[in-house]
Amino acid sequence: MSVDLSQFIPSFLEESFEGLALMEAGLLNLHPGDNETIHSIFRAAHSIKGGAGTFGFNNVTEFTHLVETLLDEMRDGRREVSSSDIEILLESVDCIRLLIEAARDEQSYDKEKVAKTSTRLSETLANHPSTSNATLRNDESVNNHSPGVDSTISDAPKDEGALSEAPVKNQYNINFIPELSLAKTGNDPLFLFSALAELGELTVFASTAELPALTDIDAQELYLHWNILLNSTASIADIAEIFEWVEDECVLDITLIEEAQIKTESHQDLILGNNPEVSLSNNESPAEKIVEVSSETTLSLASENQIEVPAVNNSTIEKEAITSKPKSKADAGSIRVGVDKVDSLINLVGELVITQSMLSELGNDFDISKVERLTNGLEQLLQNTKELQESVMRIRMLPISFAFNRFPRLVHDLAIKTGKEIELIIKGEQTELDKTVMEQIGDPLTHLVRNAADHGIESQEVRLENGKAVKGVISLDAYHQGGNIVIEISDDGAGINPEVIFKKAVEKGLIDSSVTLTDAQTYDLLFEPGFSTAAAITDISGRGVGMDVVKRNIQALGGRIQVDSVIGKGSTFKVNLPLTLAILDGQLVRVGTEVYIIPLIAIVESLQIDDKLINRVSGDMVLYRLREDNVPIIPLYQIFNLKAEKKDLHNALLVVVEADGQKVGLLVDDLLAQQQVVIKSLKDNYQQVDGVSGATILGDGSVAMILDISGIIHMALERAQQTQTLSSYSVA
Amino acid sequence: MNIQAMAQEIPPEGEHSLEGIDFIISGDQYLTFLLADEQYAVDILCVEEIRSWEKPTIIPNAPLCIKGVINMRGVIVPIVDLRIKFHVGEAVYLDTTVVIVLTYQSEDKSRTIGFVVDAVSDVLNVEEQEIKPAPAFGGSVAQQFIEGLINNDTNIVTLLNVAQLQQIERHAS
Repeated sequence: MSVDLSQFIPSFLEESFEGLALMEAGLLNLHPGDNETIHSIFRAAHSIKGGAGTFGFNNVTEFTHLVETLLDEMRDGRREVSSSDIEILLESVDCIRLLIEAARDEQSYDKEKVAKTSTRLSETLANHPSTSNATLRNDESVNNHSPGVDSTISDAPKDEGALSEAPVKNQYNINFIPELSLAKTGNDPLFLFSALAELGELTVFASTAELPALTDIDAQELYLHWNILLNSTASIADIAEIFEWVEDECVLDITLIEEAQIKTESHQDLILGNNPEVSLSNNESPAEKIVEVSSETTLSLASENQIEVPAVNNSTIEKEAITSKPKSKADAGSIRVGVDKVDSLINLVGELVITQSMLSELGNDFDISKVERLTNGLEQLLQNTKELQESVMRIRMLPISFAFNRFPRLVHDLAIKTGKEIELIIKGEQTELDKTVMEQIGDPLTHLVRNAADHGIESQEVRLENGKAVKGVISLDAYHQGGNIVIEISDDGAGINPEVIFKKAVEKGLIDSSVTLTDAQTYDLLFEPGFSTAAAITDISGRGVGMDVVKRNIQALGGRIQVDSVIGKGSTFKVNLPLTLAILDGQLVRVGTEVYIIPLIAIVESLQIDDKLINRVSGDMVLYRLREDNVPIIPLYQIFNLKAEKKDLHNALLVVVEADGQKVGLLVDDLLAQQQVVIKSLKDNYQQVDGVSGATILGDGSVAMILDISGIIHMALERAQQTQTLSSYSVA
Repeated sequence: MNIQAMAQEIPPEGEHSLEGIDFIISGDQYLTFLLADEQYAVDILCVEEIRSWEKPTIIPNAPLCIKGVINMRGVIVPIVDLRIKFHVGEAVYLDTTVVIVLTYQSEDKSRTIGFVVDAVSDVLNVEEQEIKPAPAFGGSVAQQFIEGLINNDTNIVTLLNVAQLQQIERHAS
């Protein structure tokens, strides 16, 4: 074969992962009698199997075949859908994913798990389907699948003598008359024969009777017919399945040789009389030629076929469900972008080019009378640039369902593990979020959902005692608020008792027992390193990723997390994230001659200092009374060693900011504009600077530093400690 | 006009100018510049551009020799004053004060830094064997930054090691 199949592997992988996600989602929503869902799950499995076969991922093919068989029985109504079957199928989905990932990374996988699952699958298959009117064909298919089972676990410990019935070899006669255009639709008889050869002993006779004279040959047409003799243990259904993709484009006749002996023999004589034998190992025949010519079309169409062919067989609605399903891809660096987004970009670039040519024409021959046109042009340019910027940012935006997709399964598994009944409600999954943020928010969200299921929702007995519905509810909600996205994870569980947290924190030495804290401050203790309220560390939580890590991850993204809870009613974790990491809303402030940018998200309020509210306490620490809070004042000029114009606090401007749950007031000389700034790294050409998270370029081309609030608080603390050490030395 | 034939007529040493075109016979080219009255040189292939001095944005708590950062076509470039770094001359900023922006590509990344000098003077063609090792008597310029010395007429030019200069951590400490 002259074509490098490997270039199509990434799209196969991508589609397989989509298929798996589809299967998983389908299985979680599956209830008896829901044939549409079973169909769509079956088709997803079938596509994976077909694709894996094409690319030679045999372990995937074999394993998926078992899954498919089980699904097939459900589809035909021969087996009732039981929850234990669904569990096995879900496990199988995990295994297929494992196998595909292993194939992708060319690494080994957890063979034991796959073998265990495949054993369980084949045991399930070996049990007679519960439906009483099991047909003969049904039994046959179960028996005939046994060799498949055998080979599946051939690379795993063989622990089943369960396959007691010896497989019976049948001889089949397959008459395969493809249409002329078969090769053009991307099908290759050679693949079919290879697949058949895997089922058993194969003899192929090609009929060249229809072959026109060389001058009349269209190289892209398929003129050959085949007659195939197959000695195999497989069932007719298995053989038919191999031809499934081409069944609309050929005349196919599969017969068991005993039944059709007379017919076959006569037929065979006819063919054998004047036809050369085509063997698979020696392909000098026209078949090879056709393959050579058509292989490009073959492969480019191969992936489409996976989706389209099943859809043709069934309802078109389902097809839409498959194709419109949001495409997710693990960690590869590519995004699928909707055509509409690209189109709007092209339009905008077109407009930009027009504006540009208009402006340059104006510039060629400019005099003062054209000033108005120039202003108009510049205005248009501004508009174009803004729209272009927004469109480009939109390309990186993906619906949050990418991050939410994993939770139905997670909650399902957790519910089983903890013996609780939990319902997951997902809202706002179309809310769009930057791809980078999305990738990094997945783990913290998983942790929060896991916590809600494990610690939040009470056990069934406790819920009944408290007069709640047995079924607990966890809801995920995402929505836009200003320039941010808010993700809420709430449960209707026991809620968080601030007193318990307080006690625990005192016990752990995180705080002093004499401190009085508001509820919000108490909840913040949850995020302290080394704090865990779990009475017992369970299998589910306590995996070493604590809430402190959750908070750190969210903060690293420039977001924050808040907790709200009512005892007995449940708790809500509210995660606030910036839409994108590349652009930030900032408040420009001036200190001396320098301009700094404070991220708007960190600012609580800006105010002019009222002298009466300044307090000097405990050795010249300056506190500002902001309603109930005492806010330490940090003079920025001091932290950054700058010359400020205003060093006394009288009427000075204070920007109250919050980071790590700590409020401080930054003393600045002037408040300037608020604007969006593009974040540039200082690390590229320089290094990390304390108290500065990055830099940006202002409208006048100058560089301004973006402040890192928690860094500044840290610096102020260190400074205070140094002063303390110094003064203690001088005392000594 | 047959340039090759003309190039052959030119004596085999030094640098010659013909209608504004420099013919390089052999060796590498180095950009020389002045710090006070001392001459220094860097590999010309590392020179990104030469700009006039503009006041950079201060980096908080940076060492004295790091004047800040500037915006060079959307890239944030730190500015190091070599006169302060090397303790040569006085750090005054006049109209003739220039910034030589150097880019050095190491194995994993490239780094761009601007260096403040008093003036740019010339381009030198130097054969490798003309570069002499610097005596270890040690002036105020740390030995690690010096690649060697070049004799240019009556002057001695200090050839600087760009790879070392671009290690911003060395300036920071």
